[in-house]
This record gives sequence, structure tokens and C-alpha cells, in this order.
Amino acid sequence: MLSATGRSTLRIVGELGDFARFTARGFTSAIGSRRLGRRLTRAVYEQGVRCLPVILIVGTFTGLVLGLQGYHTLKGFGSASLLGPLVANSLVRELAPVLAALMIVGQAGSALTAELGIQRNSEQIDALETMGIDPHGFLVAPRLLAALIVYPMMTSFFALIGLVGGWVSGSVLLPLPGSVYWSSVYRSINPEDVAQCIVKALVFGGLTIALCCYNGFTAHRRSTTTGARAVSASTTRAVVFSSISVLAADYLITSLLV
Amino acid sequence: MSKPDTSSSAPLLEVHGLRKQFGDHVVLHDLNLVVPRGRLLTILGKSGTGKSVLLKCLAGVLAPDAGEVLFEGRPLGTADAPTLAAFRRRCSYLFQGNALLDSLSAWDNVALPLEQATLLPKPEIRARVRDALRRLELEADAARYPSQMSGGMQKRLALARALVTRPEIVLFDEPTAGLDPIRRNAVFTMIAHSQREFGFTAVVVTHDLPEALAASDRVALLVDGTLCFEGAPAEFQASASPAVAAVRDSASHLAGQIAAIRRGEPVPADLA
Repeated sequence: MLSATGRSTLRIVGELGDFARFTARGFTSAIGSRRLGRRLTRAVYEQGVRCLPVILIVGTFTGLVLGLQGYHTLKGFGSASLLGPLVANSLVRELAPVLAALMIVGQAGSALTAELGIQRNSEQIDALETMGIDPHGFLVAPRLLAALIVYPMMTSFFALIGLVGGWVSGSVLLPLPGSVYWSSVYRSINPEDVAQCIVKALVFGGLTIALCCYNGFTAHRRSTTTGARAVSASTTRAVVFSSISVLAADYLITSLLV
Repeated sequence: MSKPDTSSSAPLLEVHGLRKQFGDHVVLHDLNLVVPRGRLLTILGKSGTGKSVLLKCLAGVLAPDAGEVLFEGRPLGTADAPTLAAFRRRCSYLFQGNALLDSLSAWDNVALPLEQATLLPKPEIRARVRDALRRLELEADAARYPSQMSGGMQKRLALARALVTRPEIVLFDEPTAGLDPIRRNAVFTMIAHSQREFGFTAVVVTHDLPEALAASDRVALLVDGTLCFEGAPAEFQASASPAVAAVRDSASHLAGQIAAIRRGEPVPADLA
């Protein structure tokens, strides 16, 4: 029992160290990587443009639900005019960075893990090495850099769409005047909240895309499965670990910045 | 296209006491092998005997557990990054499954090693890629993706990518696996022709005995991770070694076994 716990602990610590080195190498290898622009553009397209519809839908419904629930709750206290600050603070501080990250992981992160896993299984990554091309610089660096560009943009977009959703709930479907909603939203958002939102987006972006790349890149190391099942297991692992890490990192950052 | 210097008699690649294992399973046992410069060496052996592992150790994709691989007399295992990068520029590897990047077109696949691993100007890269595609009759298919090509075309595309850097050594991992006899002959002819034309050193791992004996300058036989024979094809044909005979005479063994089965005799123990 004791030795099994020790073995598991060593394995987890070893894998964490391996992941940290992988991430560091992914970022540093961007420096010497040639013709990075084209691959970076493709990664921005995959993580950003292709995720826009899901961000639009989830952002809209999040705002709608927040507006609906918030209006009825606040009305009970005679404070329906505070709907704007409620929606804005919920979105900017917590919901936009967390939900946008989870949506991008589900849409783009899982796809990139599967793509890298298949490239590993079909020896495409080995082929890059034999051609003298650093696979980290070629495959990982553009995706990590793209995450740092895309996540803050998508988070901001999510927050804006959510605010519109809250206005639709509160002022179009319910009787709160639109001017009251928007003016209170404007007053309630301060620069610290926006900075916290962007910091979270950057951390979640780097962390989740690094986790997705790592799991795809190491698909051949899954001891229990091989081939297509290893790719499937890696993809599941990437999505689960990324989702957990977003929530854990969110708590950590909030506790540090609040 | 300039030919590599083959005038030196020193071997290009050497393997000394190579040992490789995965878990408890030892794949290569204290293997010694010399790859002569400018020649075509074929490595024969049954499936699972360690041929591809040996090739990956030669290419530096796998690190040996013991022993060393020497490139022009210098050990690759302890080489610094610039030396290893220089080796990679002079060596190409043709994977069994071709390992073409499926998100890139044929043109981009061939251009990839030049764009990413050399400092050649763009016009020179374009000229080399066009030349490589033309030599392998793929010029008209430059815009197609690997998934839109037949197995034979993919093989030629992988060969074009392997040769576009003008390597001094090319490692071929079962280049004819899964191909019909006509395609097999065509691929071996293509390898032998390219090797003569460009003067590179070639190491070919294969199961195809007649084609290998016809095309090779040297033949090596691996049995259970041990080198059992190394010599010229004529020496292979004349060898009295039981291990060599088992491979060489496998076709006639098969005919005898089929005839025995048709006569109703019991199936040999190793086939049952």
C-alpha cells in the first residue's frame, strides 16, 4: 500500500515535471522556428474563428439566464436596477474566462490533441525529427502563441455577448429600462476587473493548450492502450485535465487577486 | 544535383556493440555493423527481429541502451546539438508508412525540410522541389494532398522528400511493404537508380529477398536481434549458414510444405 502510494506519487511528480519542461520548450522553441507566421495564422483560425459560433451561442444563453435569474432575485429585494452590475461582474470576473476556456478546449483543444496523437502514431513527429526540424517549434509553439492571442479575444467577446444577453433578458423581455441597465454596467466595470479577466484568459489559454498539446504529443506513451485507442484516451485525458485545471487555476488566481 | 563524396574508404556509419531493449524484451543484442560509403546495404530478417529498431537507432530517433552509432567515426549518442543537426541534414529517413504530413500538399511536404532546416533562398527551394517532383513523376500532382494519392504515389512522394535535401545517407524502412510485385520492382528500381544517380549511401530494411539481392551491394541478415550474416549478395547465395539458408530457401520450403499438406501429411509444428 505504502510503496504503491509512493510509486503513484513519483509518477505524478515525474509527469508534472515532464509537462513543465514540455511547456517551457514549446514556448522557447518559437524563437528559432522558421516561417512561424503561417502556422500561427492557422492555429489562430482553429482556436479562434472556428470557435466563434460556440462562444456566441454559449455567451448569449449565459447572459440570458443571468439576466432572468438576476432580475427576479434582485426584484425580491427591490434592487432590480442592480441587474447590470450583477451580470457584468459575474461575466467579467468569472464566467467569461472560465466558460470561454472550457468551450475552446471542447472545440479546438480536443481536435488538436487528436491531430497530434495521430501524427505521433503515424510517425509524422519522428519524421520531423529525422528532417532536422524541431517538432516542438513546428507543432507546439504556434498553438501556444495562438492561445495567448485567442483566449483574451474570445473571453472579451464572450463577456460582450453575455452583457447583450443580460440586456435582452432584463430590458427587452422584462421591464428594466435599457438606459438603467447599460449605465449601471458601465459604472460597475473597473480596470482591475478587466485586468483580472485578461490575466485569467492568458493563464487558461497557456495552460489548457499546453495540456492538450502534451497529451497528443505523448499519446504513444499511454501504457494501457495503443493506436487509435491511445489517441482517444489522450483526447479524453486532455479535455478532463484542461477543464479541471481551468477551475483550479480560476480559484487560485481569484484568491490571489481579490 | 551534386553527388556526395564517395571517394573516402572510411565507413559512413558504424554500429558497435549496439543493444536496445523495451522493458524486459531485448530487441538488439550487442550488434556490430559497418555501412560502407556510397553502397546499398540491405538488412533482411523476419518480422519482429529488430530491423526497424536498428534503422531508428542509425537515424538517431531511438537512443541505444548500450553500444554506440558512429557517423564518420564520431559517436552520435554523445554528439552536441550542432553535430546532431549536421548529421540530420546529411541523413534522410524513408518511413515504412511514409510519414507524410497529411495537412500539407505534396509540394509543401517536399519543401518542408528545405524551408525548415536550411537557409536556402526561396527560388533555390522552389527549383529543388520542382526538380525532385519531376524526377519522381509527381509534378502534375504537386497541389494534391497525401490522402488524395495512391500508395505508390505516396511512396514516390516520400522518396522525393527524402532526396530533396541531397542527403549523403538514406535509410529506407520497408519501402515496399504492402505493394504488389510490379510496384515492388518499381520501388527497388527507383531506389537503386536514385542511389547510382545521386551517389548516396543507402540502408534498406526489407522482406523482399529477390529484389534485395538484385539491387544491393551488401546484404545483412538479422535473426532475433543478432547479426547472422553480412556480405555481398553472391556470398549470401553461396552461404552454408543454416540461418541464411532458412531465409534464402523459404520459397522452396513453402512449395514443399504446400505439397505435403495437399498429400494429407501433418502440418509442420512451427506452422500449426
